[in-house]
Amino acid sequence: MNHALILPILVPAVVGALLVIVARHDRVLARVFSLVSMLAMLVIALGLFVSASDGSVRIYALGAWPAPFGIVLALDRLSALMLLLAAVLGLGVLLYAINGWDQRGKHFHPLYQFQLMGINGAFLTGDFFNLFVFFEILLIVSYGLMVHGGGGLRVKAGVQYVVTNLIGSSVFLIAVGLIYSVTGTLNMADLAVKVPQVPAADQALLQTGAVLLLLVFAVKAALVPLHFWLPGTYANAPGPVAALFAIMTKVGAYSIIRLYVLAFGAGAGEAAWLAAPWLLPAALVTLVLGMTGVLAARSLGQMASFAVIGSMGLLLATVAVFTAQATSAALYYLIHSTLAAGALFLIADLVVERRGPLRDRLVPAPRIAQGGLIATLFFIAAIAATGMPPLSGFLGKLLVLDAVRASAHAGWLWALILSTSLIAIVGFSRGGSIVFWKSHALPVAPAPAHRGGALPFVAVGGLLGCLTLLTVCAGPVHAWLELTAAQLYAPAGYIEAVLGTAGTVR
Amino acid sequence: MEFLVASAIGVMTAAGIYLVLRARTFPVVIGLSLLTYATNLFLFATGRLAINLPPVIAADAAGYVDPLPQALVLTAIVISFGMTAVVVVMALRAYLETGNDHVDLPGDASPEASDDDWKQRGRKQAAGPGARKGGARA
Repeated sequence: MNHALILPILVPAVVGALLVIVARHDRVLARVFSLVSMLAMLVIALGLFVSASDGSVRIYALGAWPAPFGIVLALDRLSALMLLLAAVLGLGVLLYAINGWDQRGKHFHPLYQFQLMGINGAFLTGDFFNLFVFFEILLIVSYGLMVHGGGGLRVKAGVQYVVTNLIGSSVFLIAVGLIYSVTGTLNMADLAVKVPQVPAADQALLQTGAVLLLLVFAVKAALVPLHFWLPGTYANAPGPVAALFAIMTKVGAYSIIRLYVLAFGAGAGEAAWLAAPWLLPAALVTLVLGMTGVLAARSLGQMASFAVIGSMGLLLATVAVFTAQATSAALYYLIHSTLAAGALFLIADLVVERRGPLRDRLVPAPRIAQGGLIATLFFIAAIAATGMPPLSGFLGKLLVLDAVRASAHAGWLWALILSTSLIAIVGFSRGGSIVFWKSHALPVAPAPAHRGGALPFVAVGGLLGCLTLLTVCAGPVHAWLELTAAQLYAPAGYIEAVLGTAGTVR
Repeated sequence: MEFLVASAIGVMTAAGIYLVLRARTFPVVIGLSLLTYATNLFLFATGRLAINLPPVIAADAAGYVDPLPQALVLTAIVISFGMTAVVVVMALRAYLETGNDHVDLPGDASPEASDDDWKQRGRKQAAGPGARKGGARA
C-alpha cells in the first residue's frame, strides 16, 4: 500500500500535537516546527501531484479493510490538485503570520496545523461520513482561528459563524442518514454504483438527501441564499486567517464537484444531474450579489469577502453546466480565485496594521508606511481578482466564457459574467483609489507603529507570483486540468479503483 | 413506534429551529442542542426500527438489524457534544466582551441590543447626571 497517501493528514496531526505539548512556550521552536511541517506538506503534495498525473486513482484502505466496508482515502488528479493548492496557500499565509502576527494569541500554530489536517482530509477521503468528520475538524479549528486575537466584535461574528455551521452539520447528518437509509452505503464510489439501482419508490428519499447535502456544501461554498455568514466572518476574522479561509469555501466547491459528478452524474438513472437545476440559478445570483457587494463594501476586508462570494458564484455557475470542458475551466478559475483571495486578505491586513484605528475602512487617511509598495501589490491583486488582462483572472474568465458557449443558458452566463466583471472593476478602483490615492492629498501624519520585516511582502509577493506563474503556464496547466475533468467525467476508473482493490495490497 | 419516533424527531426539529431563530445566544444554544438530538434520533432510525433482532447476522434469525447507524450516532453525539461546548464558551466570551447576549452584530441596526448592554448601562449609571461627558461617550 502506498503510505504517502495518508501523510497529508498525518503530518499536520502529529506536528500539531507536538506543538501543543512541546513548543507551547517557545515561539521560535513553534515557528520552526510549523514551517518545517508546512514545507513537508508542500513536498508531499507535489509528490502526490506528480504521481497522480499519470491518471491512475490511488487508494489507501485504512486498516486494510476493503472498500465498501472500511474507510478509504482516494487520490485522483482533482484531490492532488486541491492538496497542492492548500499547501501553497498555507505556506504563503504561514510566512505572513510568522512575522510576529502569530503572537497575538497563544495557540496559533497548533490550530493552523489542525486546520490543514482537516482541509487535506476533506480532499482525500473517499467516504462521505468521513467527509463529515473532516468538515467538523476543519470547522472546530476554524472557530478557534476565527477569534484568534480576540475582541468583542470578532467573537460575536464568531458566534454567528459557529451557529451557522452547527446547523449545517445537523443538515449534513440528516442528509447522510437519508442517503444511507436508501442505498446502505457511505462510500462515494459504492454510492455511485448503488444510486442507479435505487427503486422508484425510494427516489424521493434519495433525492431529498442529495439536495440536502447540496445545501450543506452550498453553506460551505457561500452560495446565495446561504452566503450571509461569509462577509461577517471573513471581514471580522484576522487577515491571515481570512486568507487561509479562502481555501475553505473551495472545500465546498470541491465536494460539489466530487459527489455530484461521481454519484449523481450521467450514470445515475433517475437522479442524473440532480444538482444542476438548483446550482445554476443560485450560483448566478451569488455572482451578481458578490460583485455588487464589492461595489458597496465599506472596508478592504469586506471587499475581499464579497470578491470571494462573487468568485464562488462564477465558479459554481461554471460547474453547474456539468460538462468536462466547463469543469476544467472552473478548476482553472478555482486555483486562480483561491490565490487571489488569499493575497487580497493579506494586503487588507497590511493596510489594517499601518492605519491604526481607521483599520481598512474605505475612508481617506494620511499616507501609510510603504504605501507605494502596498498600493502596487493591491493593484496587481485587484487586476487578478476582477479578471483584467494580463493576469490569470482574465484567462480564467475567458476559458469559462468559451466553455459555457454550448450550454442552454449561455446567454445568462455571458451577460452576467461580463457585466459583473465591470461592476467589480468599478468597485475595486473605488476602494483602491480611496485608500491609496486620496491619502496623497492629506498632510503627512505620524504613522502608527507597525511591525517591520520583509516576510509579509515575501508572502503576498509569493502568492501573486503563483498567479503570474499560473498565467504564464496557462497552456500546460489547462491541458492538465482538461485531463482532470476527463477523469472526473469517466467515473468508472475511480469506482473500479476504490471497489476493485478488495483486500489487495498495492 | 414509527409514529412515536417520527413525531419526536419532528417536534424536536421544529422547536430547535424556532429557538435557533431567536435573537439571544442562550435560546440559540438550546435550539442547537435540540436540533442535534433530533438529528441523532433520525440517524438512529435510518437503520430501520426493529425489535428483538440480532445485529448483523445470526444462524437462526429471520432478519437482522443494521448496526452501522448506531456507530454513526455515537460519532455524531461525540462531535455535537464538543461543538456545544465550543459554542457555549464562545457565546459566554461574546457576552463578557460586548456586554450583551444578542446574536446580531452591532452594525446590523439592533437598538435593543445596545439597550441591553450591561457594560454601557453600568457606565451610564456610574457616570450619573453630574458627569454627562462620560455618559455621552458610553
